[in-house]
Amino acid sequence: MANFLEGLYYSESHEYVRVEGEFGYIGISDYAQHALGNVVYVDMPEVDDEVTAGEEFGAVESVKAASDLIAPVSGTVVEINEALEDEPELLNKDAFANWIIKVQLSDPSELDALMDVEAYKAHCEA
Amino acid sequence: MEKKTCLYDRHVALGALMSPFGGFIMPIQYSNITDEHNAVRQHCGVFDVSHMGEVRVTGPDAERYVQHIFTNDVAGAPLGQIYYGMMCYPNGGTVDDLLVYKMGENDFFLVINAANIDKDVAWMNEQKDGFNIVLDHQSDYYGQLAVQGPESEAVVEEVLGLPCKELKFYTAKPLPVGGGREGAPVIVSRTGYTGEDGFEIYGSHEFIQQAWDKLMESGRCKPCGLGCRDTLRFEVGLPLYGDELSADISPVMAGLSIFVKLDKPEFIGKEALAEQKANGVPQKLVGIELADKAIPRHGYAVLKDGEVIGEVTTGYHCLSVDKSVCMALVKTEYSKLGTELEVQIRKKTFPGVVVKKKFYDKHYKK
Repeated sequence: MANFLEGLYYSESHEYVRVEGEFGYIGISDYAQHALGNVVYVDMPEVDDEVTAGEEFGAVESVKAASDLIAPVSGTVVEINEALEDEPELLNKDAFANWIIKVQLSDPSELDALMDVEAYKAHCEA
Repeated sequence: MEKKTCLYDRHVALGALMSPFGGFIMPIQYSNITDEHNAVRQHCGVFDVSHMGEVRVTGPDAERYVQHIFTNDVAGAPLGQIYYGMMCYPNGGTVDDLLVYKMGENDFFLVINAANIDKDVAWMNEQKDGFNIVLDHQSDYYGQLAVQGPESEAVVEEVLGLPCKELKFYTAKPLPVGGGREGAPVIVSRTGYTGEDGFEIYGSHEFIQQAWDKLMESGRCKPCGLGCRDTLRFEVGLPLYGDELSADISPVMAGLSIFVKLDKPEFIGKEALAEQKANGVPQKLVGIELADKAIPRHGYAVLKDGEVIGEVTTGYHCLSVDKSVCMALVKTEYSKLGTELEVQIRKKTFPGVVVKKKFYDKHYKK
């Protein structure tokens, strides 16, 4: 069964943000990687790209289908998780440890619109 | 509302991911696509393909009728011989691709795609004027299993107790087992849609349920969903109606001319297909291999120097050779092997090169 981690902010489209100071680490939830099945490719933006809350910034591909990644918050990409280029299956092994991009948050108040773990769990069970 | 096959409850009990396909609610995967794919390549897998449609054509004009609607040539076929081919419209577009089993003199068993059953049966009925035949639509009677993989012969013989060793590639025989109704025996054929050796078994719902249970109990055969059925058929370049063939994509455009016998006296679409073969077609189906790992999917644009010159029909990160590849319908001038072009994947374009449409070699036992 899916693992739900406390202390993160979650979006309805199953991305999470882990906040550290002015930075946010964005990835997909364990629930999302379960639903996708074997991840075979992660399409990531480049460092210095701007991402906008609610807009697509990349995609995660399973054998069968591509799923867009939707930015839960806005900001500038300061780092991408390069390990996913060679080992996209890391998302299946531990989706929370393997974030996809690190952004410098441009508007931390956007976090208020996201869900905490309890609300997100309820969202997944609905 | 989608139909359920006779194995629906078993799929749900196994925890399969179920999804609509061709008017049916079908298992897409039980464990994961990669494991199921590899089971078929290396050992043995079983697919519920009961969604496929079956039509029996009998009567004094049955052979003449099949010759009329079918692009391949069944004249003088030995009993049990199976032919792959298409039914085409007069303009050469494809109604469906299908298998034709010769079960007796003027007795043919036609296997059609699930999504096309209603359309095909209507089409067949429209074409039968002037032919003394009976069309018996048997899709609701038959269930079907595909047992596929290098170990499938042993599994069918030993687990199911069905004699199949002697069957040659693309031949079938009716078996005196499993009850069945008049004119609808259990049929076993050495056929499949995976590029591996394998068998397809047609029988009543009860017979298919019992066979499935025996296969599951044996532990020698992995249940496989339509997800890996698609990756398996794609890798060996087999077309799927709706992707590589359609009312707009003729068998000549799809590179399937070998199944279009223009030396037959007549069949529907012959003139158009002969013209296409003689004068060329505006678009052709090709294989494309990408340098990058990004995955081209159905409907993505194919470009040359920024201009759209075609569209992806099926694409995957090919499981057996670890490359991103696709089949695509492109303007004929860009269809030569080695042609460099690009595929648009979301916001980016990725360079690719035209290659053969077969990304993995078939392992048939002939």
